[in-house]
Parts: sequence; C-alpha cells; structure tokens
Amino acid sequence: MVQALGHTTIGVLRDLGRAGWFLLYSIYMILRQPGSLVHVMKQLRFIGAKSLFVIVLTAAFTGMVLGLQGYYTLAKFGSEGMLGTAVALSLIRELGPVLAALMVTGRAGSAITAEIGIMRITEQIDALETMALDPFKYLVTPKFIAAMISLPLLCAIFDVVGIYGGWLVGVKLLGVNPGAYFYEMENSIVWRDVYSGFMKSFSFGLIIAWIGCYKGYYAGHGAEGVSKATTESVVLTSVIILVWDYFLTSVLL
Amino acid sequence: MISLRNVHKSFGAQKVLDGLDIDIEDGKITAIIGPSGEGKSVLLKHLIGLLEPDSGSVEVDGENIVALRRSELNRIREKFGMLFQNVALFDSMTVFENVAFPLEEKTSLSKAEIRGKVLSALEDVGLKNIENKFPDELSGGMKKRVGLARAVVLNPEIILFDEPTTGLDPIIKRAIHQLIKDTHAKFGFTAVIVSHEIPEIFDVAQNVAMLFRGKILQHGSAEDIQKSDHPAIRQFISGSLDGPIQMV
Repeated sequence: MVQALGHTTIGVLRDLGRAGWFLLYSIYMILRQPGSLVHVMKQLRFIGAKSLFVIVLTAAFTGMVLGLQGYYTLAKFGSEGMLGTAVALSLIRELGPVLAALMVTGRAGSAITAEIGIMRITEQIDALETMALDPFKYLVTPKFIAAMISLPLLCAIFDVVGIYGGWLVGVKLLGVNPGAYFYEMENSIVWRDVYSGFMKSFSFGLIIAWIGCYKGYYAGHGAEGVSKATTESVVLTSVIILVWDYFLTSVLL
Repeated sequence: MISLRNVHKSFGAQKVLDGLDIDIEDGKITAIIGPSGEGKSVLLKHLIGLLEPDSGSVEVDGENIVALRRSELNRIREKFGMLFQNVALFDSMTVFENVAFPLEEKTSLSKAEIRGKVLSALEDVGLKNIENKFPDELSGGMKKRVGLARAVVLNPEIILFDEPTTGLDPIIKRAIHQLIKDTHAKFGFTAVIVSHEIPEIFDVAQNVAMLFRGKILQHGSAEDIQKSDHPAIRQFISGSLDGPIQMV
C-alpha cells in the first residue's frame, strides 16, 4: 500500500512538473517564435469566431434569467430600478468571463486536445521533430495567442448580449423603467469591474490553451488515449477555471 | 557515420535495448531485421533523437546527440529525413502542401521554385496529378510514396525508413523497394531500413543487422547474413517455428 501511494505521488508530481514545464516553454516560445500570422489567424477563426454563436446564445439566456431572478428579488425591497446594475455587475465581474470560458472549453478546448492528440498518435508531431521543426511553433503557440486574444473579446460580447437579455426581460416583459435600467448601471459600474473581467478572461484563455494543448501533446495510445485525454482536458480546464476564478476574484476585489 | 555504443532502453520493466552496439556505414543502405516487438523502431527513433537512451551514446558524425540541447539536436536533425511506418503525413494538408512543407520552412526558395521541386519529387516517386488530394484520399502505397517524396525533398544525408512496405501488396512492395534503390542511387544518401521483408530486403540493402533480445546478433553484408549459421538468424530467415525465437 505504501508502495502504491508512493508510486501515485511520484506520478502526480511528475505530471505537475511536466505541465508546469509545458506552460513555461509555451510562454518562452510565444516570446521567441510566435509562429506565422496565418496559423494564428486560423486559430482565431476557430477558437474565437466559431464560438460566437454559442457565446451569444448562452449570454442571451443568462442575461434573461438574471433579469427574471433579479427582478423578483429586488421587487421584494422595492428596488427594481437597480435591476440593470445587478445584471451588469454579475455579468461583467463574474458570469461573463466564467461562462464564456466554460463554453469555449467545451467547444474549442476539447477540439484542441483531440487535434493534437491525433497528431501525436499518428506520429505527425514526431514528423515535425524529424524535420528539425519545433512542434510548439506550429501547434501550440498559435493556439495560446488566439485563445488569449479571443477570450476577452468573447467575454465583452457575452457581457453586452447578456445585459440586453436582462433588459429584454426586465424592461420589455416586466416593466422596469428603461432609463433606470441603464442609468443605474452607468452609475455603478466602474472601470475596475470591466478590467477585472478582462483580466479573468485573458487568464482563462491561457488556461484553456495550456490544458488543451498539454493533454493532447501527452495523449496516451490509440483512440482510447485521445478520448481519455479529451475528457480529462475538459474536466480539468473547467475545474481550474473555477478555482482560479476564486483566487483572482479575491485578489482583484 | 552513425554509431551506437552500449545503448540501453527500457519502458517500465520491459527491457528493449540491452547494451546495443552498431555502426552504420555512410552512403550505404543498412537494413535492421528482427522479430516483431524486438525494438527495431525504438532503435530507429534513437538515431534521430526521438527517443533518448537510458544509458549509452548515439553518435552522428562523431557528435553524441544524447547530450545535445534541442537547438543543437535540430542542427543534427537537418541531416535526416524519415519515412514513418504509418507515413505520418499531415492529414489537414494536401499532398502538395505536405511535400512543400519542409521546403517552405527550411529554405528561402520562391513559390515557383518550391512548386517545381515538389512536382519533381512527386514525379520521381511515380506520382502525377494527385497534388491537390488529401492523404485520406490516397491508397497505402501512394501514401508511402508521398512520404518518400517528403523525406527526400530536402536532399538529406541520411534517410530512415520504418517498415516502408508493411501492409502493402507484393507488387507495390517491390515498387517501393525499387524506388528506395533508385532514389539511393540518384542521391547517394545513407539509408537505414527497418524491415521484416525476407528475402526481398537482401536485394535492397547492402548491409544487414539482426536485432534480437536487445542486441545486434550479427551485422555484415547482405550475403554474409544470408549465409549466417547463427540459429536465430537461420530461423528468422527461414520463418521456422522451431528455434531460439519464440512467439510471444
């Protein structure tokens, strides 16, 4: 039993060390050889542009449900006029960055792992290495750059669509004063709220690319190995995003 | 010259290479033969630094690549081309893009020059009008030939072939073997071929080395190996079930 525990501990430490090295080397490569603009644009299209639909849809319904819940809660205190502030603050500081990141994790993070994992098991990564080319330059750094650019932008879109979702329910369906909805929002939201949301999104982009690429790069054998890596990638990325969100919120508040 | 000295490699408890020594002669075709699962592909991957030995040295032109940093290793790798067992063509690229890729990344040739070189390399391996196809639209033999075109397009000094004819029909097998001989005669590279193809490989390779139980049993000219009286080599060449090689 002691032997098994030791074996597991060493395995976990080795994985952590390898993941840490992977992140540091990726950042080093971003600074040194960021890859071609074509590769980055391709990834921006895949991670960013192609996530737009799911982001808009999720944002609209998140804003609408916030409008609905917020209205009935605030109505108990006669503060329906604060609905815009409540919706906007929840979205900009918390729900926008986190939900956008979780959506991109499900859509693009899993695909990143599967793509790199398949390239690993079919020896395409080895082929790059035999050509004296660094696989990070072609496969990893463009995804890091694209994810770190896309996530803050997607978060901004999520926030705006969510605020209008709350407006639709609060103002159009439940009769909150439209002036109060936006005026109170404008009075309460400060630059620090927006900035902290963007900081979160940026770091979530880094996490999605890091775990997605890392899990694919070290995928196990065969189709089962890639399938396991993809599942682990989505679960681990989601958990790290939520844990990191707590730490970041406690620092940025 | 590539020299491996006292190379040991294990995966977990499984010992694959056990104090292996071999010298690969420059400008010749050397075949590594041996039973399945004996570590022939592992040996090949050591030659280009895709795997690191647990101990021992791998010297390419007098430089031990085991001790090298990634950038220095890449300098050595520029001497190599490799044809993988499963070809390892980039599946999101067309045939043209696959063969052009090393030229685009490693040379400063113009687009027109690259196009000319790619079409010429494809023609050398007997392929025409397939440059816009994707790898999954090709047959096994065509993929191997595209892989060969990609491996030779930069005129490397050394080419490694990992089971280049596995899974192909006898006619395609013979065509691939002939292609290796022809391209070798044309470019004069050093070739290392991992193969099971007995007796055809004796016609392709000038030197043959038999890998068994983690060591090179015998290394010599193709004729020497064919005449060898070592029981394991005799059994492997004859395909007999009786002898020191046991099925796992």
